[in-house]
Formats: sequence, C-alpha cells, structure tokens
Amino acid sequence: MSQESAPRSDQAGLLPALHRLQDQLGYIPDHAIADLARTYNVSRAEVEGVIGFYHDFRRTPPGRRRLQMCRAESCQAMGADALAAHASGKLGVGFGATTADGAITLEAAYCLGNCACSPALMLDGRLYGRIDAERLDELLAEGGAA
Amino acid sequence: MTVRIFIPRDSSAVSVGAEAVAAAVAAEAARRGTPVDIVRNGSRGLYWLEPLVEVEVAGQRIAYGPVAPQDVPALFDAGWLRGGAHALRHGPCEDIPYLKRQARLTFARMGRTDPLSLDDYRAHGGLGGLARALAMPPGDIVGAVEASGLRGRGGAGFPTGIKWRTVLNAGSGRKYIVCNADEGDSGTFSDRMLMEGDPYCLIEGMLIAGLAVGADTGYIYLRSEYPDAWDVLGDAIINAMREGVLGDSVLGSGRRFVLNLVKGAGAYVCGEETSLLESIEGKRGLVRAKPPLPALQGLFGQPTVVNNVITLASVPWILAHGGAAYQAYGVGRSRGSLPFQLAGNLKRPGLVEVPFGATLRELLYDYGGGSASGRPIRAVQVGGPLGAYLPASRFDLPLDYEAFAAVGATVGHGGIVAFDDSVDMAKMARYAMEFCAIESCGKCTPCRIGSVRGVELLDGMLAGRTKPGNDDALLRDLCQTMLEGSLCAMGGMTPYPVLSALDHYPEDFGLAPKQEEASA
Repeated sequence: MSQESAPRSDQAGLLPALHRLQDQLGYIPDHAIADLARTYNVSRAEVEGVIGFYHDFRRTPPGRRRLQMCRAESCQAMGADALAAHASGKLGVGFGATTADGAITLEAAYCLGNCACSPALMLDGRLYGRIDAERLDELLAEGGAA
Repeated sequence: MTVRIFIPRDSSAVSVGAEAVAAAVAAEAARRGTPVDIVRNGSRGLYWLEPLVEVEVAGQRIAYGPVAPQDVPALFDAGWLRGGAHALRHGPCEDIPYLKRQARLTFARMGRTDPLSLDDYRAHGGLGGLARALAMPPGDIVGAVEASGLRGRGGAGFPTGIKWRTVLNAGSGRKYIVCNADEGDSGTFSDRMLMEGDPYCLIEGMLIAGLAVGADTGYIYLRSEYPDAWDVLGDAIINAMREGVLGDSVLGSGRRFVLNLVKGAGAYVCGEETSLLESIEGKRGLVRAKPPLPALQGLFGQPTVVNNVITLASVPWILAHGGAAYQAYGVGRSRGSLPFQLAGNLKRPGLVEVPFGATLRELLYDYGGGSASGRPIRAVQVGGPLGAYLPASRFDLPLDYEAFAAVGATVGHGGIVAFDDSVDMAKMARYAMEFCAIESCGKCTPCRIGSVRGVELLDGMLAGRTKPGNDDALLRDLCQTMLEGSLCAMGGMTPYPVLSALDHYPEDFGLAPKQEEASA
C-alpha cells in the first residue's frame, strides 16, 4: 500500500499497471495490450516496447514457483556459478525457462542486495542467504518443487 | 520491567533466519511465562553475526549472534535476559570493535531504532535537520550542503550542492526531487539497509531537498528486487502523512511536500539518472543525451534533483550539525563519510561507515577479517560491476574519489567485493561484457554492439585461441571506443573491469605465463 496505487491516466501509469497485471496473472497476456494502449493513450507498439524492455515482465505464464538466483559478482565470489549449475541440473532447465511440469521457473537475478550473505537467491519473493547446494535442495523440497 | 529484545527485520538478516529466531524467542518466552518485548529493528550491519539478537540490560544492549532458532532455549537457560554468559555472547553491541571504530553519521540510527516508529526516530535526533531547514531561506540550505562538501553517493561523485543550486536557480515553476533507489550494483546494499532500517531519514532528506530548491513533489524509484524496502517505505510514507511530516503542511509550516513511490522492473540501466526518469514517465528506460541536464529539464521536462538514497539520507545530519561538521571528516575533495559495503569472499562482511581516506587494506583485513575461504585475496572489485578490479599491490590506496580515478578505478557506491585466488579474471572480464550486453539500453552503438563483440573476443581468449598482440589489442581498442563513445556509464565504464583485469592479471588471458600469486 503506497502512493503508487493512485492510478494515473497518462503514460506514467503504464509501469504500475503492468506490475499490477503481472502480480494478478503472473504474466502480461496478449489481449491486455490493446486495453493498456487505450487507457494510457499510447500506441500498442509502445506498450509492447515497454514490456519488452524490462526483464521483470513476462508474456507467457510462469511456473507455479519462481526461483531467482543471483549471478552477480559478490555471489560469484562465494560459489554462485556452481550453485547455479546445481540448480539447473536438478531442475533440468536452463535459466529463463520453466520445468516441463510447470512447477518452477528458474531465473537469473543480478544482485538481490544480499551481498553480505552471499550466495543469495529469492524463492517466491522471499530472500535467502548463505545458500549451498544442500540448503537449496531443502528449500525446493519444502515447497514440493523438486 | 519487560525486557526488550531486538531482532532485525532487515531482509538480509531475515534471509538467514531472523524471522524464525523471532518466533522461537516469542515461543520460548511464552513457554517460560516470561514476558518480553520484541522490537524488530534494522540491522547493525554486522552481517556475519546475523541473526544478531540484542537484549537490553540496564540500558545496555548485549549482543548474541549468530543465533539459530535451536539456540534459543539454551540462551534463556544461560540467563541472557540478564546479559548472561553464552558462547554466542559478544558483550555490549556498541563495544564490538567492528562497530565502535566506525564513524556512523548517515547510519547513526541504524539498528538502534524501530524503523517505522516516528517517536523513536525523533528520540534519536530525527527531524532536527528538517526543523532547521524550515527556518532557513532556500539559498542557505543549499549553502549548508555546499559547505559540507557532500558529493553524489550513487557513484558519480558530483557535488550535491552545485546540483541543488542549479535547480534552485532554474526559475519558479514546477520542480521535482527524485530519489534513485535503483541500487543494482553487486556488492552494494547500503541503500536497501537504510530504506528498510531508517526510512524516515530518507524522507527527511527529500523534504529538505524540496525546501532547498522549491519542489513540492518527490519520487522514490525503487528497484523491484527490494520487496521489503517497498513495504517499509510505503508504511513510512503513510505514517509520515498521518503525523503531518509529509502532506499539505510539513510540520505545521504551511509548506507542502508529497512523495510517490515507483517500482522499477528489473532494468539495471535504470539506475542511470536519465534512464530512471524515462522509466518513471512509463517509457522504455532509454538513456537521454545530456545536455539538457536533468537539473534543468528532468522529470516531465521540469527542473529535477536526482540523488541517490545515501546522498539524500546524509542531508539531515548535515543540516542538524552544520556543513562544517560534516566537512571536518574525510580527505582531499572527498569529504564526510561513506557507508562502505564489504561483500563477496570475506570473513566479516557488512556495513562499514568510515571517513574517506581509509585504505582498502583496513577495510578488507581490519574490518573484513580477510577471506572467508582462508585463501589469499587475489582481486577486489570496488564500485560495482562497472568498477575496476584491484590487485593486492593496490590495497594501500586510500578510498578517495580522486585517488581512485588516478589509477583508472572508481569508488562508486562504496561496494567492495573480494575474490580469493580461485578466481579466473578472464571469466570476470567476460562477465563484465556479458552483463553490459544483457543490460545495455541499446540506444548507443558502442555499448549495444561493443559489449557483444567483447563477449565474443573474450570467448576466443578463454578457449585458448588467443593470438597475443592481436586479440588483446583488439579488446583494448574496443574498450577505448566504449569508454569514449558511449552515452552513459553503462558502456562507458564497462571497460574498467575488463581493462583492469587485462592489466593486472594477463596470465589469466593466456597473455603471460601463469605465476603463483603471493598476496598480502
């Protein structure tokens, strides 16, 4: 709850609207584009362009769970590359992809601000630090993703 | 009297179990019929001790950490509510050398207060700077910031007073204060800590900036990777409006200031100020060419102050204590203090606010305790993914904007990431180019194409296809083009980590024989 929730009808309202939509649906469906363009008085191409520019926005449904693993320098210094390989191998998907059963989407993050507790990851919006392969397996098992 | 127990709500502390510890303490206290008052404070920044629990005993806060939920019954048995001895006890928190030796100006309240309590904020010196500013003409507020020597803490180090003076003098129309809270640099977390642990300090800084330049509207552009900071700031803004700190009459002065919170969407380049402004306007975060400066034509085309979180959060202290008091800290043209962030492969990572002039060695070893792995520290990246890698021979360099610039490095936002001797610096150079390729906004060619070419060249070198005198010359030439031809720091500074890796670690690129690195 914040000031951001006051809706605006000009283009400045577009980014918050995209966030609201994705929070509700998990992605931005194709049929929303024309409505967004009309509401914020921009072309459909502009809406597509904005969605495409930002890493957060998806055009397809995500997995039921979302695993974001930090791949940036501080986490690399503490073994993030090996951890990423472990996660990718265990889930059987590459970064940016969703497991075949739709259980989990694996994403790369470039810094979660948890650099003093590297390596870090975020699972379903919750931050975890000092992660090793064993702890990662536990976290995935807790939610029934692996 | 009910004993107060402080357990951080800081997201990093929670990421290693602070929430579970708080639940365990509440449950154990209830089981024993001992009432306790659990305060969820910000983090002290002693992250290797998190979850760090403080028990208030006779006015002193006794530190225990790192506490795991299963330690809690034994801590009660040890009489920790009376400060009892235990293997995890560190004595009074503020006597821990790591904390005691710091100069906490901007982070003065960090970890000491309940972040969302305005009463707590006031009781610890909060709103004193704002009260003073309300009684000063705008030019004098700017004058105090000029006298302090404060420079932009986001990385560019531009004098804050000059920026504010430009906006103050930019006519009497609508103006904006924009806080850059898109802290994307790896190895940095001071913005996050401050927003989660002392949000009113940022709000107060923005209010003072508004009074100084004649702006009544502010925006905080916060990265989406910080959901906890989003919640805390949202609540803090509502509390501040309810108590008349924000709104139509700031502290009853009749002056208006309102704050908007805007969420980023995972684009690193939006930490660049003009890209950030485009993003607030709901557009693709394409960098704008300068001039015009944002100070003259910024948000929605109006004069705009764009400052980083720590810059704005340093202002209340400066107004409360005077520009000269702040200016008394530091060296050369780097005045005051910087909250450095120790990260990566270090034994004691955390937040260290010290005056400019401290050396890397002090931070890495006296504070950081050397590497976490026990192996020699081989490389240190200062200032985020666009910062240079420094070898052990540079560890005596004083942390000072000019001293760093003189060796092709940057202090940046004060993030310090240590790597031990298992690091492959050619891989790190490749990563720098890859990161630039992923995050480039695409507006200018040197950044958009150069970064991709850089990855290709480095892939060849990593695969052992290096032709000395050819690939490295090409790579250096490419870096020069990016340095000189890019629109902003994204492409313009990506060469820093690449060139420094080439200069200091040629053996990793197959350009020199491998040697056993001896490091301090």
